[in-house]
Amino acid sequence: MNDRDILTRTWSQTDTASDLDLRLTDTCLRDGSHHKRHQFTAQEVHDIVEALDDSGVPVIEVTHGDGLGGSSFNYGLSRTPEQELIRIAAETAKRARIAFLMLPGVGTKDDIRAAQDNGGQICRIATHCTEADTSIQHFGLARELGLETVGFLMMSHTQPPEVLARQARIMVDAGNQCVYVVDSAGALVMEETADRVAAVVAEVGGEATVGFHGHENLGLGVANTVIAARAGATQIDGSVRRFGAGAGNTPLEAFVGVCDKLGWRTGIDFLTIVDASEDVIKPAMPEECQLDRMTLMMGYAGVYSSFLKHAGNAADRYGVSGAKILLEAGRRKLIGGQEDQLIDIALKLKAEQDKEAANS
Amino acid sequence: MTDKLTAAIVGPGNIGTDLMFKLLRSAESGGRVEPRWMIGVDPTSEGLRLAAERGLEASHEGVDWLLKQDELPDLIFEATSAYVHREYAPRYEEAGIRAIDLTPAAVGPAVIPPVNGEEHVAAMNVNMITCGGQATIPMVAAVSRAAGPQGVSYAEIVASVSSVSAGPGTRANIDEFTRATAAGVETIGGAARGKAIIILNPAEPPMIMRDTIYCAVAPDLDDEGRDAIIQSVFAMEKAVQEYVPGYRLLQEPQIDEPSAATQGQTKVSIFVEVEGAGDFLPPYAGNLDIMTAAAARVGETIARSLGG
Repeated sequence: MNDRDILTRTWSQTDTASDLDLRLTDTCLRDGSHHKRHQFTAQEVHDIVEALDDSGVPVIEVTHGDGLGGSSFNYGLSRTPEQELIRIAAETAKRARIAFLMLPGVGTKDDIRAAQDNGGQICRIATHCTEADTSIQHFGLARELGLETVGFLMMSHTQPPEVLARQARIMVDAGNQCVYVVDSAGALVMEETADRVAAVVAEVGGEATVGFHGHENLGLGVANTVIAARAGATQIDGSVRRFGAGAGNTPLEAFVGVCDKLGWRTGIDFLTIVDASEDVIKPAMPEECQLDRMTLMMGYAGVYSSFLKHAGNAADRYGVSGAKILLEAGRRKLIGGQEDQLIDIALKLKAEQDKEAANS
Repeated sequence: MTDKLTAAIVGPGNIGTDLMFKLLRSAESGGRVEPRWMIGVDPTSEGLRLAAERGLEASHEGVDWLLKQDELPDLIFEATSAYVHREYAPRYEEAGIRAIDLTPAAVGPAVIPPVNGEEHVAAMNVNMITCGGQATIPMVAAVSRAAGPQGVSYAEIVASVSSVSAGPGTRANIDEFTRATAAGVETIGGAARGKAIIILNPAEPPMIMRDTIYCAVAPDLDDEGRDAIIQSVFAMEKAVQEYVPGYRLLQEPQIDEPSAATQGQTKVSIFVEVEGAGDFLPPYAGNLDIMTAAAARVGETIARSLGG
């Protein structure tokens, strides 16, 4: 092993009963919910959880893409109620712990209680990376309920490392046990990832673990994740087959392979998860997650990955360019949750288009 | 004695101060609410200083001081916190003072001026729900009124406000915001089921408050029915503009055909922007402005009902 590949921080330092260097979370049943337009069936969730659990994935996240309570006109209605999916996942998993996501302002404390009743064990609470103080009451409740906690600082590319560190402090003081640097737009370029993770480790590393959640919109998911681990992140997100929003997440099976080569223990069997990817995950995907004009635009303009399908819908509905909708979303500095504004943008583009047509 | 009602503002923060400017402006142009007291607890408060400068009696000795005065106000505008209001509301009522509550305490019935503004004029305590509620419930009600026998089976609102305009109370109790707003969407907006979402956006320069209102209505609504909804929405825009001039539709209401994505219902989408009057709060804080403007409006309605 190369010197630089000896990790200074490992998951086994946090969980002494564990021999893992990195603890991986697969999020295709949460982030992939965007790509699937929230249409997962009970059977698909059962089959995917079973396959991931067999591969040794230690944490599996299951929720509507926008977290608990996300089923809505604004984000898309769930085909199967998410609480039912959480229950099925918890009943199916033999070893893996089931995580769920909630966004303050979308879900509520009652949703957290219900998710725990259905077998969810890890409560992941996500805020925009400047709004951590909206999560204080939820972390308080989660800890009171005995849930393991994770905090997501979304759209981390929009803020410098020191701001993220301050926001991480707010979450940890509220009871959060792990702060994730979340590259929601897939816009971070490697050193930017390393600087952010290192700043959060420096601020809260004595009291909490640090995680990284990547997207593929500039094709950097695995590279960013490797560099995040070297910078001290010990909890890592990915989705098998990239099954996530935008161009998808860090492909978990590829990252497992890279970890094998670097000598980092993940507890996941590479051959088993590669089979799961081909035989179980692929059939559940409406299509592969692609690096195309739309998703590249998101990484380039720093746009929240789950806007992809909604921008596509609005583009189709009003006959305007989806790529232009995304660029305007970036210019307006929209953040996660503001999907409604994409319709307003499409209508503005249509009005301009109609005006130009009338003039020519 | 005039037919004016005297008022005290409790809580000299941003909201209380903005409200004072609105009440003073209204009183100058024939309004029937006269702001006389500004009550706080911090002697260095900027709001108390501004109030004293404008001729109000300003005290930092709190509500206890106010209730000991020989002359008591007819109205109290509560601009503190839910916690404080719950504690003091019974004492206001005991003293015969009507309370207009700008906190989410929800001690009294909720009021949205253009929808049920006249209904609770006799109540000793009325509540202004939330900023998101003030901005969106009028539109849910507008659709409900025009949506025929099935009405609105489901309404969902998304309120986006600038981070700097969301105070510590909102941040600490964001669940209260979503719950109270969703409840108002049902009870006052008339939706069978309501949902509320709030987003705090930190963009600089700060974004003006934006709200989106989605309503599910009958799938077999004909063109005439759709037009009735659109006209009702336009009429409601005008009704809100009477007290919030910066309240405007960004787009004509959008109507989506029933589909799997709408669970078989016709979907009406309404896009609104709320720009504040800039009395004390900056114009982008339309979310705060619509609260103070609505509260001032309610005060005026109560004064008219009592004064004849």
